[in-house]
Amino acid sequence: MSYNYPDQQGHFEQYGGIYMAETLIPAVEELRQQYLRFRDDPEFKAEFAYELKHYVGRPSPIYHAKRLSESLGGAQIYLKREDLNHTGAHKINNAIGQALLAKRMGKKRVIAETGAGMHGVATATVAARFGMECIVYMGAEDIQRQAPNVFRMKLLGATVVPVESGSKTLKDACNEAIRDWVTNVESTFYIFGTAAGPHPYPMMVRDFQCVIGNEAKEQMPEMIGRQPDAVIACVGGGSNAIGLFHPYIEEKSVQIIGVEAGGHGIASGKHAAPLTGNAKVGVLHGNKVYLMQDENGQIIETHSISAGLDYPGVGPEHCLLKDLGRAQYVAINDDEALAAFDALCRFEGIIPALESSHALAHAMKIAPSMGKDKVLLVNLSGRGDKDMNTVARIKGITL
Amino acid sequence: MSRIDTTFGKLKQQQRKALIPFVTAGDPSQLLTVPLMHELVKVGADVIELGVPFSDPMADGPVIQRASERALKNGMSLRGVLGMVAEFRKQDTTTPVVLMGYGNPIEAMGWETFAQRCAEVGVDGVLTVDFPPEESHEAFEHLQRHNIAPIFLLAPTTNEARIEQVAKLARGYVYYVSLKGVTGAGNLDLSAIEEKIPQLRKHIHLPIGVGFGIRDAATARAVSKLCDGVVVGSRIVQEIENSDEKNVVANVGKLVKELRIAIDQ
Repeated sequence: MSYNYPDQQGHFEQYGGIYMAETLIPAVEELRQQYLRFRDDPEFKAEFAYELKHYVGRPSPIYHAKRLSESLGGAQIYLKREDLNHTGAHKINNAIGQALLAKRMGKKRVIAETGAGMHGVATATVAARFGMECIVYMGAEDIQRQAPNVFRMKLLGATVVPVESGSKTLKDACNEAIRDWVTNVESTFYIFGTAAGPHPYPMMVRDFQCVIGNEAKEQMPEMIGRQPDAVIACVGGGSNAIGLFHPYIEEKSVQIIGVEAGGHGIASGKHAAPLTGNAKVGVLHGNKVYLMQDENGQIIETHSISAGLDYPGVGPEHCLLKDLGRAQYVAINDDEALAAFDALCRFEGIIPALESSHALAHAMKIAPSMGKDKVLLVNLSGRGDKDMNTVARIKGITL
Repeated sequence: MSRIDTTFGKLKQQQRKALIPFVTAGDPSQLLTVPLMHELVKVGADVIELGVPFSDPMADGPVIQRASERALKNGMSLRGVLGMVAEFRKQDTTTPVVLMGYGNPIEAMGWETFAQRCAEVGVDGVLTVDFPPEESHEAFEHLQRHNIAPIFLLAPTTNEARIEQVAKLARGYVYYVSLKGVTGAGNLDLSAIEEKIPQLRKHIHLPIGVGFGIRDAATARAVSKLCDGVVVGSRIVQEIENSDEKNVVANVGKLVKELRIAIDQ
């Protein structure tokens, strides 16, 4: 039987769904209908393709990290360069798609949550591009960690609202954005940043991000005459990962590896790796997923050096791929991610985002034990400029 | 007949409207919740909505968010809330108690265990804010088995087809959210409520309670004219927040008594 998820109600087997307060249910239902209406509309598809090509700068290249691979002495590491997109990460692919939908639905006000700030910047960018009012919710702690991105959003005309509740990170920014949406449901389009949340978001965000994997599937044979042995991507909510993975699900020869944030290590409990850390299944932010929680069902604070991965849940499709055994999920600790960050800077002259450094670190971990003819394709989901403050602080440097 | 049905039946005979106060269990302290519940009944509450605190209360405004944070800090859990209802039932066997909260703590306990415990301790209804009818099949089955009423929310955005769907599943009463927004918001629109209620009544044959944005005796009175019961949450929780622990029961009692008098006028 071929892989075909989600079902009509947005379920990926037991995962996903529409776990939202009643006021928002008609809004997600309208969004679902409108998305299904435009998804296959030739005019919508053409406009999306045009924006991706001329505004985002797609297709993003694939780059053979030769010096890095040589230094490891094993498998060849290739990078899908989402960091070269306009705004510096994969997030823009989805933000454009949703903005085009918002435009067709007549919504003049867009809101977003952001962790690392890349989705906030992408949303602020498309709001400027299409002339929409833009409000971005961001945890107060993340505002500290990602100051350059906060300034970028403001330059682009967005209002950045600091969220002081809970752990003051991505999940709390989501809570606040949902509260805005429930209050302004008729005027507002919620541009959700990852392949999670209530149906249709996990499906819609995945579809918009699948441009990553679809390009890679054409580019790899051109470069090496075949598909890679494995595709590797970091997983917070998991949008860059599902965008790369989904087109490869039916390519059984290609191994799929998702890399979660191991923080101080899975054993320490201070991490953001619900799949690797065997979290229980639970309900948060509109969907049923593996979710980091205590024995009473309260969501626990997560830890990661990278704000973009610092989230207690994960998209429903990753939960299903884990259960099916089609994808393997592993965790990379803060220090391993930092080592990979340094290595890519020094060997290839590319400064990666700390999020993407997790995926790279896992490739660097497994490459030495593999043959030199093996190929690992890593999604370099974003660039690291935004992380200068964090990395400098860890290295004990004042900028 | 269930405690909820009995209560609303009696009110109907007396041509009175239900007063349904909400407090968060464990706020301001675990020891004060049961005394607060008894006080609420003493000053005229007909049904008590007891909030189960959750770490991520997405549908709540700042007042109830802070109450949840205080309660969790005080070590409140779903297990603990059920214990409080058992304690309350030692003295009060007639006032309906409805648990209100988010689904994940119940998911973590397991719906069957939860429903069974509810029946044992004397919970009458359960309102799970983030479980719409579409996702409530499993919950519904377990609650039904133990005769616990699933209470559903309806909103200004709810269309007729959904009202029909809720009508089929709901027991006890339905809770109409009187505005688009989170709990405690201030922009109550009476004429919009007045317009919506007949649409609800076409399909809903249960009592209709209205809540969200009811801030004082005047709004409580005005809203009570349009429906069968008035739910007051944030205003009471605010009173708890602003009171010393030694005065909190008396202060909340005074406030709720004023609401009772206003509704009965």
